Amino acid sequence: MSLIQRYNAGEVSPANGTTHEVETTVKTNTPVNGEYRLLTLDAPQSVLDCQPGQFFHILCPVTKAEQPYLRRPMSIYGYSAEKGELQFLYKVTGEGTRALATLTRGDTLNVLGPLGVGFTIQDDWQNLLLLARGVGLATLAPLAQEAQRLNRKLVAICSARNADVLMSIDHFQSLGAEVITVTDADGTSDLENLRDIIEGRIASEGVDAMYTCGSNRMLKLLQEIGAKHQIPGEIALEQQMACGLGMCQCCVRSFNRKGTITQERVCREGPVFGIEEAMAW
Amino acid sequence: MVDLSTRIGSLTLANPIMPASGTFSEDLSEVLDLHQLGAHVTKTITAEKRGGNPTPRVCEVRGSMLNSIGIPSKGVQHFIDNTIPFYNAYDVPLVVSISANSADEFARICEQVSVPGVAAIEVNISCPNIEEDGKAFAMRPSTTTTVMEKLRSASDLPLWAKLSPNTGETIEVAQAAEEAGADALVVANTLLSMAIDIHTRKPKLGNLMGGLSGPSLKPIALRMAYQCAKSVQIPVIGCGGISTVEDIVEYLIAGATAVQVGTATFINPNIMVTLLGQLETYLETRNIADISDLVGSVRDEDAADSVVFMETAP
Ligand SMILES: Cc1cc2nc3c(=O)[nH]c(=O)nc-3n(C[C@H](O)[C@H](O)[C@H](O)COP(=O)(O)OP(=O)(O)OC[C@H]3O[C@@H](n4cnc5c(N)ncnc54)[C@H](O)[C@@H]3O)c2cc1C
Ligand SMILES: Cc1cc2nc3c(=O)[nH]c(=O)nc-3n(C[C@H](O)[C@H](O)[C@H](O)COP(=O)(O)O)c2cc1C
Ligand code: FES
Repeated sequence: MSLIQRYNAGEVSPANGTTHEVETTVKTNTPVNGEYRLLTLDAPQSVLDCQPGQFFHILCPVTKAEQPYLRRPMSIYGYSAEKGELQFLYKVTGEGTRALATLTRGDTLNVLGPLGVGFTIQDDWQNLLLLARGVGLATLAPLAQEAQRLNRKLVAICSARNADVLMSIDHFQSLGAEVITVTDADGTSDLENLRDIIEGRIASEGVDAMYTCGSNRMLKLLQEIGAKHQIPGEIALEQQMACGLGMCQCCVRSFNRKGTITQERVCREGPVFGIEEAMAW
Repeated sequence: MVDLSTRIGSLTLANPIMPASGTFSEDLSEVLDLHQLGAHVTKTITAEKRGGNPTPRVCEVRGSMLNSIGIPSKGVQHFIDNTIPFYNAYDVPLVVSISANSADEFARICEQVSVPGVAAIEVNISCPNIEEDGKAFAMRPSTTTTVMEKLRSASDLPLWAKLSPNTGETIEVAQAAEEAGADALVVANTLLSMAIDIHTRKPKLGNLMGGLSGPSLKPIALRMAYQCAKSVQIPVIGCGGISTVEDIVEYLIAGATAVQVGTATFINPNIMVTLLGQLETYLETRNIADISDLVGSVRDEDAADSVVFMETAP
């Protein structure tokens, strides 16, 4: 399948000087709910030629309380060359993201990017399906933007603990996606229900490609469904990073390429990989 | 005009700033103009293909980091076919870092990479010697002598021995490397360290332990660079914790003739070029025409006693 070839390490297209370390200015940094915040930056054109699924490596500020050292990788949530804008949707988890949360309008933030290989939408993929939970929504959102631009149909299955932390529903809808929400609280987010929903879509409209993020559970589900119906898919993965540029080799994960286990750098060969080659962890 | 060029034995570098092995690769060319560096130093390679260590391979500690990358290697042939040609497109000396687990293997790979297009070989003797007791060659003068003698007879290229801060015998190891034919010393590699997550009680690195790099390593590596410069005739290349122009100047004053920048590139990928500009300005504003005026200019005349006792100081 073409997906596998596309990801051969040697063939990854170099960004050819499209990666820049730049200073941006904070426009807004607002809470989305109790856990997540949306950061909107005024960014130079040089870094706004982005692909959905790519990420930036962010130099979080050092504050009195927080002293992050390494950069933090964050998926691009939104980008607009027209508005000169770059957005990140992030969960406040530790030192770096707590420091990010302190940024206010007018503050500067040093970002490096865009980095990595993003999602693909092949020409003959008309019906797209994405399955997202938590922070995965941030990573998958630009895919909806791209699907709209390319005039493809997209159904977004958004999963969360409860309705309060479901995010980006309006965002997906405004981009023309059909949204299906499932929550733990309603008992609708279990694997069997997800499987039924996806199988239902395959049987009705049909699904040409599936996309997901980060979770082992969802990976396995989409691998099974993909194998059964011969539907290709892509997954965006996470790993600890230092350089973000492919230099240090710290961000590797294992992949199964036609029976051979290989190690690939999430920052460079990824963060988006073919679903069939990703390995549960 | 200040003269930033510096000599490392027979090799002249356009400026004293180069990357540290393992913190640099072809990939940096997307962010930074590699022409501007004093030399290009590649990630250590080994003869055989290797996978490297389990993840997580990095973690941060207050203002610095630990790594246990290991030496994942695609092997020598891949390196000769792909990496050397890439760097040869630049008119910048290429320094190839190599390693092996035994002195004979080390000599073999040294011979294999002694090819046109390579200006010098950095020998990472901070790796374990499996024929002895698993301790790194650079831990002791005796193992340093053995491996450096074999390396010396395997290549005519300049050999830069990269020392380890994990030894208690810095001066003896430095002198052993010099006597066995090293052309320069790179001081130093990372310091063995550990970090534990107190919530899960698990070590933060998959490999349990790893090497400390970044600003907190600097006083240790600087001390070693000073000790080495005092006790050998060959050039010393300072490495460890450099992130500002003052750090570079400090290493030069301590006796280093060039420096390597590692972890700081992860924080600011442009830093080497930024530092180069700042170094030029620093020298200009102080009317220092040549960096050799700084090298070894430390005023330590009054400190003879502490120099004698520095190994045992409390
Ligand atoms: C390609 C990529 C895209 C990402 N996109 C987003 C996003 O859009 N929104 C979002 O909220 N989060 C995203 N993450 C996860 C985000 O990087 C971490 O949540 C963040 O680094 C945590 O930093 P901290 O200092 O707050 O937490 P701490 O737990 O204090 O971090 C300690 C160290 O571990 C690293 N780390 C912790 N969690 C992760 C993780 N999940 N992945 C990689 N490194 C981690 C940190 O970078 C830091 O070096 C992404 C991760 C990757 C690899
Ligand atoms: C991620 C990482 C990988 C490294 N890999 C190597 C290596 O392959 N060979 C080597 O000799 N040193 C390696 N080093 C050590 C550096 O070259 C350097 O000696 C050390 O990091 C201290 O310099 P710094 O504080 O400027 O980073 C590595 C360091 C880091 C952080
Ligand atoms: S983070 Fe350094 S290689 Fe991926």
